[in-house]
Amino acid sequence: MTRRNVTLLGVALVIALLPLLLTSGAAFKGSDDQATAAIAALAPGYRPWAVPLWTPPGPEVESLLFSLQAALGAGVIGYYLGWRRGRQQRREDRPRAGD
Amino acid sequence: MHIMEGYLPPLHAAVWTAASVPFVLAGARKVSRVMDEHPEARLLLAASGAFAFVLSALKVPSVTGSCSHPTGVGLGAILFGPAATAVLGSIVLLFQALLLAHGGLTTLGANVFSMAIVGPWVSFAVFRAAGGLGAPQAVGVFFAAMLGDLATYAVTACQLALAFPDPASGFAGALSKFLAIYALTQLPLAIIEGLITVVAVNLLLQHSREELFALSFLKGGAR
Repeated sequence: MTRRNVTLLGVALVIALLPLLLTSGAAFKGSDDQATAAIAALAPGYRPWAVPLWTPPGPEVESLLFSLQAALGAGVIGYYLGWRRGRQQRREDRPRAGD
Repeated sequence: MHIMEGYLPPLHAAVWTAASVPFVLAGARKVSRVMDEHPEARLLLAASGAFAFVLSALKVPSVTGSCSHPTGVGLGAILFGPAATAVLGSIVLLFQALLLAHGGLTTLGANVFSMAIVGPWVSFAVFRAAGGLGAPQAVGVFFAAMLGDLATYAVTACQLALAFPDPASGFAGALSKFLAIYALTQLPLAIIEGLITVVAVNLLLQHSREELFALSFLKGGAR
């Protein structure tokens, strides 16, 4: 199972990295930003009628918050899997009653 | 799939919000029922939410030369059902709208509808259908997560095309423009999401069989 998981993650990694090699010179802009640009082309007169309550003051702070989001999630997942593994191991170590 | 703050006309924003609210409310009831009936699965629910947190924070390069992100809600949908996942997805979207200026409060309803409602329902339906057809579980998980991811982005393209039809070619013309931006970019990412979700389910099968039985993800056997 572990080997299979490593293979699956390896394939996922290749799919993620391949575009960097194949698509030279691309800016890799966000698709959400491209959609916003397409709106401006389709409806040049449209003005957004609301602005975010708070905007990260720059790309550095934004990337900090995105990493924080991923780190928080990864932390919870790691805690969960560690807890499950520990419980499983304790159970396996304990000699079974009645054996 | 994040429609930016203010980028849906007020009427559209209101309609999508009205469409999403009942799902999220029903989801909140489902979440509290799951926590009551399966207290042992609480941490798994948190971990499923965390999975969506991680995956939707990862902006991954795609063959089109642009970047996009997976949604991560397919896992929650096949473990806890689409209703509960509406809540998990909404939490992620609210976090991004408030702290990252990614998405927005006026467009939250529309974004919840695509990522936290349609995506999970498609994942759930695909997983059930694959099981019914006798496909191996991993195949069902892969296509559930992959097609749920694609469905989310297709819905976003529809929402934008409805709000901003092409002056010449109307809704269809605008839809093809938005699909060109989202769908093709998303295809490799959807495959990645499918693969990673299979890995997540594999790990749960190794370490969390009891919860999977309790949630009737695995049928039969000892509880």
